[in-house]
Amino acid sequence: MSRRVLSRGDHPPEPPAPEDSHLPGPAVPGAEQPTLLRTRKLVKEYRADGVTVEAVRGVDIDLAVGEFVAIMGPSGSGKSTLLHVLGGLEPATSGEIWLRGQRVDGLSTAGWAILRRRHVGFVFQFFNLLSNMTVADNVELPALLAGATPRQARRRREELLAELGIADKAGTAPARLSGGEQQRVALARALANEPSLLLADEPTGNLDSSNTRDVLRLLRRAHAGGRAILMVTHDARVASLADRVINLFDGMVADDARIVPIPRVNGVQNVVELRG
Amino acid sequence: MRQPLLALLAKEPAHGYELKLALEQTFGEAYPSPNIGQIYVTLKRLEQDGLVRSQDVEQTTRPNKRVYELTAVGRQALRAWVEEPSDGPRIRDEFFIKLILAPMAGLADRMELMNSQRRHYLGIMRNLAELHAETDPADTTARLLIEGAILHLQADLDWLERCQEELV
Repeated sequence: MSRRVLSRGDHPPEPPAPEDSHLPGPAVPGAEQPTLLRTRKLVKEYRADGVTVEAVRGVDIDLAVGEFVAIMGPSGSGKSTLLHVLGGLEPATSGEIWLRGQRVDGLSTAGWAILRRRHVGFVFQFFNLLSNMTVADNVELPALLAGATPRQARRRREELLAELGIADKAGTAPARLSGGEQQRVALARALANEPSLLLADEPTGNLDSSNTRDVLRLLRRAHAGGRAILMVTHDARVASLADRVINLFDGMVADDARIVPIPRVNGVQNVVELRG
Repeated sequence: MRQPLLALLAKEPAHGYELKLALEQTFGEAYPSPNIGQIYVTLKRLEQDGLVRSQDVEQTTRPNKRVYELTAVGRQALRAWVEEPSDGPRIRDEFFIKLILAPMAGLADRMELMNSQRRHYLGIMRNLAELHAETDPADTTARLLIEGAILHLQADLDWLERCQEELV
């Protein structure tokens, strides 16, 4: 088991993908996968001082099992709010949310907590790790909360940290880690219970390009392991790796399309032209 | 094409095909492969302008090859080019003109134009991301060229987002 730590410019060979025999493979374009997440006429309003602000205004989204979808759009278009509502971190005002064929928008806070533990992992821009716990405890906690034995939780944590190249940070406090390392811990925590859905809110928004690349590689591996990913991002390079990109504008879906690579004809002269 | 050829010849004399290979090897796959005909035409013009001179080198099994070398005037021109500041990239304004003018003429919907342009950019971005992943990390020049392309394209997408905020 590798105990190496990824650092800038350091790219060890990828460890083998985790065993996910109970999960279906990644969505293949053209092949129909069952729906994992579905929203209908989803609305989220905030009321403050008698003023109502509609952050999400009637969103219909379908996410297939194993699909990777990026959400882009200008600041204030409702991207993060949408993600929070889909993960039950904030209640929807109206509309429907279906996860794994079950209607979940009416769940209580406790009901959402149970659902998240089993089926939904969350990654945030600012990591949101528990600062008074070690890296190991941060990653073991979700498994323990979901009913795993301490032994099972420890084994899963060891696997994940090794896979993410931070095995030697287990006893460290999160604050002593770099941003890239903290995001890897957050990713390990999100994957601890092998969720079928990973919600990511600007997961590379606070990282330099080398750490962005590493986190992306790990997200792709999670995707290849059969997990569906719904990711809010401003970074077009990150978004371009998705199967589909949804453009959110003014709380509504303005565009929802598969990414079709443009044939590479002759270098990339249509972007950069070297002159001289 | 003139200055890159002069710069390569400043290192050592070479014939046309060697110059093509040198450009490709230096800049990697992201660099649009130079047309050999264009290289020969450019060399001929550089020779007419007195910046390079050439001589035929006899080959036993193949036709003679013409080897070019830099002249003193050529070296001076090259130095002047290196010392002068370079223009920034021109803004790719064709889309912007479409975006402004086409809806005025009732030819298109702005949101649709922006959506299809965004899809196009993301398709190119995916190519660049793949190209970057395939590029040998040790090949710094090729990697930086691709990263430059990625950053320019991100700026195009950010600009598109600004247009969306203001124009819709």
